[in-house]
Amino acid sequence: MAQEERRQVIDRELTMSRAMVEAIAHEMRADDEVFYMGEDVADYGGIFDSTEGLLEEFGRDRVMDVPISETAYLGAAVGAAQEGMRPVAELMFVDFFGVAMDQIYNQMAKNTYMSGGAVNVPMVLTAAVGGTYNDAAQHSQTLYGTFAHLPGMKVVVPSTAYDAKGLMHNAIQDDDPVVYLFHKRLMGIGWMPAPDGPKTPVPEEEYTIPFGSADVKREGDDATVVTLGLHVHRALEAADALAEDGIDAEVIDLRTLVPLDTETIRESVAKTGRLVVVDEDYRSYGVTGEVIASVAEDGLADLEAVERVAVPDVPLPYARPMENEVVPDSDDIESAVRSAYDA
Amino acid sequence: MVLVSELREMYEDMVTARYYEERLQEEYLEGKQPAFDISAGPIPGELHLAAGQEAAAAGVCRHLRDDDTATAPHRPHHVAIAKGVDLKRMTAEIFGRENGLSSGKGGHMHLFDPDAGFACSGIIAQGCPPAVGAGLAAKKRNEDGVAVAFLGEGAISQGAFLESLNLAAVQRLPVVFVVEDNDWAISMPKGRVTDVADGSQRAAGFDMPGVRVDYDDATAVYDAAREAVGRARAGNGPTLLEVQVHRRMGHFMGDPESYRPEEDVEAAQARDSIERLAEDLRGAGLEDDDLEAIREDARERVDEAIEWAKEQPEPEPDAAHEDVFVNPPSGVTTEEPTHELAGGDD
Ligand SMILES: Cc1ncc(C[n+]2csc(CCOP(=O)(O)OP(=O)(O)O)c2C)c(N)n1
Ligand SMILES: [Mg+2]
Repeated sequence: MAQEERRQVIDRELTMSRAMVEAIAHEMRADDEVFYMGEDVADYGGIFDSTEGLLEEFGRDRVMDVPISETAYLGAAVGAAQEGMRPVAELMFVDFFGVAMDQIYNQMAKNTYMSGGAVNVPMVLTAAVGGTYNDAAQHSQTLYGTFAHLPGMKVVVPSTAYDAKGLMHNAIQDDDPVVYLFHKRLMGIGWMPAPDGPKTPVPEEEYTIPFGSADVKREGDDATVVTLGLHVHRALEAADALAEDGIDAEVIDLRTLVPLDTETIRESVAKTGRLVVVDEDYRSYGVTGEVIASVAEDGLADLEAVERVAVPDVPLPYARPMENEVVPDSDDIESAVRSAYDA
Repeated sequence: MVLVSELREMYEDMVTARYYEERLQEEYLEGKQPAFDISAGPIPGELHLAAGQEAAAAGVCRHLRDDDTATAPHRPHHVAIAKGVDLKRMTAEIFGRENGLSSGKGGHMHLFDPDAGFACSGIIAQGCPPAVGAGLAAKKRNEDGVAVAFLGEGAISQGAFLESLNLAAVQRLPVVFVVEDNDWAISMPKGRVTDVADGSQRAAGFDMPGVRVDYDDATAVYDAAREAVGRARAGNGPTLLEVQVHRRMGHFMGDPESYRPEEDVEAAQARDSIERLAEDLRGAGLEDDDLEAIREDARERVDEAIEWAKEQPEPEPDAAHEDVFVNPPSGVTTEEPTHELAGGDD
C-alpha cells in the first residue's frame, strides 16, 4: 500500500524513533520475556532515542544499562534467547560490531544451523547506522552488506516510521535472530534533523510487516531505483527532479536485505528495463552487486541498463567536502538514472 | 620532590588544554545555535572535551619522550597536547582542513601524529592493543621506549583492555595503562557497570602493580607515573594506573545530561586541578605574575593555532579517494612471476 493511501486513514504522525519504541513497548507489555539491553538505553533513552521512555514504564530489570562489554552482553542475549527469552540488544553504533563479532556471526547466526535446528535464537540486535554528519570512519558506516552476507541473520532496514513499527513487531516475534539497523538521520532526533519523509502516519494498534516484502515507495515506468534506509528519501527526491524532465522513476525500498524480495524488483525491471541500485554501504561485494546479480540471473533479457550508486571502497572521511563526495546524494542518483535512461 | 621546571611544564600543558577546549567549544557551537544541529558549523560531528581531566595527561606525559608512544580514546585533546602533538595541524584536522594531521580524513576522534608518538581511536579500549604493540616493538629492538594507553573507567570492562593487560604482563612489556576515572561512561555511573570501585584492582588479576591516585592532583599523578614509566623503561613490565578525574561537562557537546544529578555537575566543576597545581607552583616560589605569563603564552599559542587552522583550505572532494593504501593497487596485472622454482621431492 502506498504511503499516500495510508495518510488518508490515519492522521497521527510519529518520528521513526517513536514508532520503533512503540513497537518495543507493545511487545514488552505483551510478553514478560522481552527485555532490552544496551549502553545508555535506560536513563538516556538511547543516544539516538531508540529506547526513549522505556525505563519509566518497565524499570531497570527490563531496560538494562550494561557495561561497555559488547561481547559479554550481546553474547548474553544469545544465551538468554536460547533459553527461550526474547532479548533485544542494542549496539550503539553498528561500527562497534567489531569488538563482538564472534558472538554475532559465529554464535547468534550459526547456532541454529550447527544444532541442526535443535536450538533457536529469537533475539533482535538493534544498531544505529549511517553517516551524513561528519562523524568519520569509525562512526558512520552502515555495514548493510556485511550482516546480509553472513548466513543466519535476518536483516531489517526501515526507512519510515510506519515501516519501523511494523518491522519491529515482526523482528521481536520472529524465532530467528534479526539484525535491525536504524539510520540515525531518519530517527527524528532533535540534534540531527531528519529529511522530510521518515515521519509518517502510524496506526496505534499492532501490525506486522512481513520480512521479504519490498515496498514500492513511488511508482514509475522509466527506471527502477532499488535502495534502502536514508537513501529511499534521497531517491524519492531524485525521482521528483527527474519527473520534471519527464523521466518517471520507480523507487523500491527493500526494507529487508535478508530475506531479499527479488520478485518485486524483477517485476519492476520487467516494466522499466533499467535498474539503478543505490546503497550507503561500500560498493564492492555488497548490496548493489547482489541486487544486480539477482536480477541478472533470472531477468537478464529485461535489463537494458544497469547503474550502481554506492560509497566507493574507502573508509568514510571526516571533512565535509570529502564525506559529501563519497556518500551518494540525490544528484548522484539523478545522474545515474539519467545515464541508465540515455543508455 | 618534583622539579619546579616539571611543575611548570605540567601547568603549561594543563592551561593550554583547558583554554584550547574552551576555544574549540566556541567554534563548535557556531552555527549550532539556537537549535543544536550536529552537522552544522565549522566543526561538525561529535566533540568530546576533557575539561577536568587534564591532570592525568599532564602528570603522565611529563615522563614521556617524543619517541615514546601514547594512545588516547575518543577524548584525546589533553593527552595530545601533553604528548606534544603539533597544535596547529591538530586544530586544522579538527576543522577538517587539508593541512590537518590527517588531511581532514580523521577528525577529532582520529588524530595521528607519528612524530609525537600519538594516536587515538573512537572505539572503546581499542587503543590498548596498539600500545602493547608499541611496547613489544621497543622490547624486541632492545630499546627503552615506553607506551602508554589512556582510557576511561568505562573502558575497563572491555575485552581489549583486559586482554592487553594480560599480554603486556606475560611478555613483561614496557606499557603503562592509564585509566581516567571521571565516574561516568556517558550516562552510566561507574557503580552501575562494575562492582569494582577502584579500577586499579583489575591489575591484581594479571599480577602487575595497580596504583590509584585518588584525586586529580597533577603532582601526585606525576609521582605515581614516575614509578610506573620508570618501571616500564627499566624492563620490569607494565603498570595499571588509575587517576580520579572529573567530567566538568557533558559526555559530548550537546549532551543534555538530564541523567546527571545537579550536585554531581557542581561538585565536578568546583574541583580545580589547575588551581591546585598553581598552589604547588606558588609553594615552589612562583609569583602570580609568572603564572599569568604562562597562561598568556598558552592563550597566544592556542589562538594562533585556531586562526591558522581556519585559514587552511578545505580538502578537495577527490582527496577522499586517496590514502586507502600507501601502495594503491594499480589495477589488474596478468603478468606471471618468473621465479625459477627448485623441484621439490614429491
Ligand atoms: C566498543 C565501543 N562501545 C561503545 C562506544 C560508545 N561510547 C563512546 S564513549 C563511551 C563511554 C566511555 O566511557 P569512559 O570509558 O568512562 O570514557 P569517558 O567518556 O568517560 O571519557 C561509549 C559507551 C564506543 N565508542 N566503542
Ligand atoms: Mg568515564
